This record gives sequence, C-alpha cells and structure tokens, in this order.
Amino acid sequence: MPPETSRAETALELRGVSKYFGDLAALRKVSVRIERGDTVLVYGPNGAGKTTLLRTLATLARPSEGQVFFAGQDLHQNAAAGRAAMGFVSHATFLYGELTARENLRFTSRLFGLREPVKRIEAVLELFSLRERADEPVRGLSRGLQQRVTLARALLHDPTFLLLDEPFTGLDAASRENLESLLRRLPEQGKAVVFSTHDFDQGVSLSRRLVAMEAGRIRYDGPLNLAPLASLHIAPAR
Amino acid sequence: MRTLGIAWTIFVKDLRVEWRSRETLASMCVFALLIVFLFNFAFESAREETLRLLPGLLWIAFAFAGILGFNRSFAAERENACLEGMILAPIDPSAIFLGKMFANLLFLTVTEALVVFAAALWYNFSFLPSLGRFALIVFFGTVGYVALGTIFGAIAANTRMREVMLPILQFPIAFWILILGTDATSDVLRGNTAAFAAGAARVAGVSLVFAVVSFLLFEYVLEE
Repeated sequence: MPPETSRAETALELRGVSKYFGDLAALRKVSVRIERGDTVLVYGPNGAGKTTLLRTLATLARPSEGQVFFAGQDLHQNAAAGRAAMGFVSHATFLYGELTARENLRFTSRLFGLREPVKRIEAVLELFSLRERADEPVRGLSRGLQQRVTLARALLHDPTFLLLDEPFTGLDAASRENLESLLRRLPEQGKAVVFSTHDFDQGVSLSRRLVAMEAGRIRYDGPLNLAPLASLHIAPAR
Repeated sequence: MRTLGIAWTIFVKDLRVEWRSRETLASMCVFALLIVFLFNFAFESAREETLRLLPGLLWIAFAFAGILGFNRSFAAERENACLEGMILAPIDPSAIFLGKMFANLLFLTVTEALVVFAAALWYNFSFLPSLGRFALIVFFGTVGYVALGTIFGAIAANTRMREVMLPILQFPIAFWILILGTDATSDVLRGNTAAFAAGAARVAGVSLVFAVVSFLLFEYVLEE
C-alpha cells in the first residue's frame, strides 16, 4: 500500500457530476473518489451510466455540471497529467487494423513519451501472451486477441489508475484468468482499478468496493461485504 | 519540439496505414483523373479555351479529390475509436492536427502532381514554361485547403451524414482559396508574370489565415 499522503495527492474524484445527452441524463449529481490501491466494481443495469462514469473519469466526456479532480486539480484544466496517469479500456479497441499489435503499441509508446518503449512493449506483450501474434495486423486477429492487445495498450505506460469498461469481453478462459490475476495484483502495487462487468460474481471476486448505479445515480458506494444487495436488486449467483 | 515530434509520429503512422490499405491515395487519384478526363471529352477546346478552362478545372479536381481524402483520413480514425485513443494520450491536441494535416497535404500534393501530368497530356498543354510559379500557387492554396479539410474532417467524422457534411462545411469557406487560386493560376499559365506576385500573395495570405485559425481551433473540435 502506498503512504497516505501519496494516496490523497493522486486521488481521482468526481464532485457533483451530471452529464446530459440532450434531454437524457446519463449521470445525475455523481460524486465518487478513487484512491491508489482501490479496486472498484462499477455495477448496474444497462443504461445505468457506468460507461459515462468511466468516460468522464478518463477525460473523454466533459461533465455538464460538476467537476472532476485529479491530484486536487481540475482534471479538464490539467488533462495531460491526468491522462499520463490513466489507462482506459472501452468498448472500442483504439487499435489501427492495418498495423500490427507491436506497431500499435509502438505508436502508443511514442504518444506517451515512454523512456524505454521496447522494454515496456515486450513486457506487456509477454503479460498478455501476445508475443507470437505481435507482428500480425490487428485486423486479422480474433476479437479476444484484439481485446488482449487493447489491454496491453492500456497498461503500456504503467498507469496509476486503470479504468476498464467490460474488460472481459471476448476473452477466452485462460485470458480471463490471466486478467483476473493481474487485477488482483495491481492494487498491491499501489494502482487503482475501476472496472465494470455484467458478471457480478466475477466482479465480487476481484474487488473490495462496489459502486452500484441506476438511472445515472449512485445507489451505493462502499465495501462490497456491507452492500445491501437485495435492496439494490442484485442477486448473486452463489 | 515534443508537439512536432508527436505530429511526425502521427504522420508516419498515417503513411504506414495508407501503405497497407492503399485506399486513400488511390481513390483520390482515380477520382481526380476522372474529372479531368471527363471534362476533356465534354469540352473539346482550342488552346485559347483550354487556357480559360484549365485553371478552374484543375482546382475543381484538387478540391473534390481533397474532400475524398479528408473523409478517408478520419474514417480510419473513427474505426475502433482511434481518435479517442490519441486524445487519451498526454499530448497537445495541435500535434494531432499537424500530423493529420501533413499526411493529407502529402496525399493531395501527390494527387495534384498526377492530375497536372494527365492534364498536360490530355489537353496537349505544356506547364513547363511556368512550372515553378504554377507549383508555388498550387502549394500555397493546397496548404490552406488541407488545413480547412483537416479540421472540418474531424468535425464531420462525429456527424451521422459525414460524407455529405464535409463538403457542406468545407466549400462555403474554401471557395476563397478556389477563386483566388484559379485567378492566380490563370495569370501564371497565360504568362502574365507581372500579376504573379500579387496573386501568390493573396493565395498565401488567405491560406495562412485558414491554417492558423484551424490550428488554434482544433483543440475545441476534439472536445466532446
């Protein structure tokens, strides 16, 4: 666990954030604080606002009301520092189909100005067992392999905050286990992981904190073991 | 310096993607050549008429080929939300503008060179006596046109009718470049050297304004 001061200094926080798409409110007065070492499961039905919450944290969506803070500063005024500390996986892969996995990672490493790009690229390729397919164009890879490259891309710059929107999509059993193991390890290294999944039981096994959302509002934010699952209409399989 | 380095990285990435897909440049060249080719059949012109028609025809071919290229340029970024992927990096948004603009500029310049070569053959017209001045006018105009195409391409990429939206956004503003470019090209091809400096300055001035404004506003275009 990192010391308390650094935890607070690098916290990522939404304060009273609302997000409207026309008349539709995707987020309503949402306040949430993520600190280093947190593992947060964002859970809720379709349309609850999970993706908008993660996109807002990742600076891809600007709040209609409220503010997002990173290390005590307005994130949108100081986006570069926040983006350097974040890795984001969304429903899209952010990958160029004509480029190989390695070329995509090399491109990303240059955007992030990594000091030892080759070493980092080889490390994430190894982490996601992609070495053998690293020099094939991404367009020819299966959905699961593309998802692994996407995850490798998100981790390439060793981010402090990892924001994952449905990260298990398309992964085979071995890759799921590999990712689960990684998500358990990262908080021990002082990283924060915020992720959404439709599989509640899988989410429970990986996280200590639950942010339950419904209709753009946070219904519950606290330890998973204290969550009133019945009143949140969450029925675990076991 | 870092902004220019990132712009170069994006430029090289665009070239690599184009080298593998061969979609943008090929479609731009074929489309522009078709325009010149069809006009040649539609107006079987004498030399004096050729001098009257050719400048406008060339700029129309450049303009439409450019629109095709700008649309393709951002189609590649739209696929898999790659533009968002770049936005997520801690970089100056103007680096994205410059990288995309340099790539678009290269593709349109190659297309223009091919079109001029084809026009010289089909219209039996020699550009050689005024090639340097002609190339300078075309380059100045192309820079401004590409700057506008890059920013409007990014705007149109987020709209539903993006293929239609781009020319609707681009032409009402870019017509200044097309009009001034056509006038200056006409003077140059007629051998009117006295008018060259003024014509070139007008095209360069308008292009510079468009390029600077596009560069400064691109950051806001990338925002949601």
